[in-house]
Amino acid sequence: MTNPNQMTIAAARDALRKGELSAVDLTMSCLTAMDAGDDLNAFVHKTPDIALTQARAADVRLRAGGAPDLCGIPLGIKDLFCTKGVASQAASNILAGFKPEYESTVTTKLFDAGAVMLGKLNMDEFAMGSSNETSCYGDVINPWKIDDRKLTPGGSSGGSAAAVAADLCLGATGTDTGGSIRQPAAFTGITGIKPTYGRVSRWGIVAFASSLDQAGPMTKSVRDAAIFLGAMCGYDAKDSTSANIPVPDFEAALTGDIRGKKIGIPKEYRMDGMPAEIEALWQNGIAMMKDAGAVIVDISLPHTKYALPAYYVIAPAEASSNLARYDGVRYGHRAKLAAGDGITEMYEKTRAEGFGPEVQRRIMVGTYVLSAGFYDAYYNRARKVRALIKRDFELAFDAGIDAILTPATPSSAFGLGEMASADPVEMYLNDVFTVTVNLAGLPGVSVPVGLDAKGLPLGLQLIGRPWDEAGLLNHAYVLERAAGFVAKPAKWW
Amino acid sequence: MSIDTATARKVAKLARIRVDEADLPKLAEQLSGILGFMEQLNEVDVTGIEPMVSVTPMRLARRADVVSDGNIQAQILANAPDAREGFFAVPKVVE
Repeated sequence: MTNPNQMTIAAARDALRKGELSAVDLTMSCLTAMDAGDDLNAFVHKTPDIALTQARAADVRLRAGGAPDLCGIPLGIKDLFCTKGVASQAASNILAGFKPEYESTVTTKLFDAGAVMLGKLNMDEFAMGSSNETSCYGDVINPWKIDDRKLTPGGSSGGSAAAVAADLCLGATGTDTGGSIRQPAAFTGITGIKPTYGRVSRWGIVAFASSLDQAGPMTKSVRDAAIFLGAMCGYDAKDSTSANIPVPDFEAALTGDIRGKKIGIPKEYRMDGMPAEIEALWQNGIAMMKDAGAVIVDISLPHTKYALPAYYVIAPAEASSNLARYDGVRYGHRAKLAAGDGITEMYEKTRAEGFGPEVQRRIMVGTYVLSAGFYDAYYNRARKVRALIKRDFELAFDAGIDAILTPATPSSAFGLGEMASADPVEMYLNDVFTVTVNLAGLPGVSVPVGLDAKGLPLGLQLIGRPWDEAGLLNHAYVLERAAGFVAKPAKWW
Repeated sequence: MSIDTATARKVAKLARIRVDEADLPKLAEQLSGILGFMEQLNEVDVTGIEPMVSVTPMRLARRADVVSDGNIQAQILANAPDAREGFFAVPKVVE
């Protein structure tokens, strides 16, 4: 017997529409699971009153008929999204106490569709991290556990990944700047899609690196991702990079037929020292696509190895500019000042107290690469390399490739604290397979495909043509069905 | 490119983040490591390549130059650490 909180969005939608389940009962089941899941540290601001009010309204709409897909579906919202009157801190002390006076476009769309917000989800501070260890709320614990160690759920959308994997909610919003949806999805055995840049409005989402940030859904299945993504997308005049193009019916695109489609296998993703298990997983995925009738094509994306260094110039540069707004004047934390302190001391003390070490480091790297004398050597060179990385993909797609299959991560989930003594660059290597997609603005999806020898989930990534989330999700659907991944973490929390 | 303590101090100042003198050597070391990682970009031939300025080639949308919101002073100030008489309050800036 499964509890309602364990359902997929698709199953819950159908049950709600048939009247077999009420939105209030479904929400109560999730609220109970959420409270019982405190050891995971996934939810950091709970909103049960809002959830029940929304659930009651959803039941009225459902009874009237014609309710949207997400009507009555309980979701978790990453702390990066501004939610009116509800703490929205980007997991940073510098936004302590901040309660937005406005609602992000994404959450507005979700609520208009009748979705239920259970609360705000933990993440890496300002989405800067790959292990959810930079959060002001403390680490998120991966529900997957194989020994005494506590494992990372990945990051930066670690709270979203843990909450979905542990059935605390039916789905969650994430954001992805360099892999922050796809890497945690892979580490927790769930599905996560980063849409094409411009598909989802960034308005009301705390900015990290504006030319790379995109929001997307994190779900228990590819079908759920299709349903959820459809509700997040669409043109928004308040985001100048929002694309004014029609949103297709992503769920209707899940035909399971990819016969004759060309799947590119980029040789540059076969990294030195890549674990044999990752290589084997990739080969399995290739075989699954082939069995489904796809044509496998070896391709080359020659500038792949330069994606991480280019990313770690561009993302910190944009972050240093975006995070200049946190100055202790308009919102959030302000440092206590000593006698005689002026406005410069206020800025410097506020930012030293409010930002954690990784955020400070990235702001300073960004400041350096944008400073006089280094702008051309670092920032402009990185933007030129970015143009070449994008061109690599364009050439592959121009040659007829429909989707590209790669590993999602270079390993399965690692132990919390295990990277503490590592060089910051070592942590950055987690993004090696995902970051190219952000630089090129493409859609990418992580699908759980198997368990490693230790019993931890591993995912594969599919990369699609710009604006072809529909085709991409159909490829992901084929991979999901062929892999038949049904493992769930054993409940210990 | 190696960052020395003086450069680390200057960068912290530009970023308006107070860093204790004792922490500067470690910061310089970490910044050097990250910038060393970026040195790989020098291997790439970027001759004739324009820096990427826009992810999706598109003309930014224009709108009429008219006031579209306003009269929300209370909301603007609601989250301020210190607001007085309808203004954000800060330490004295000019003598």
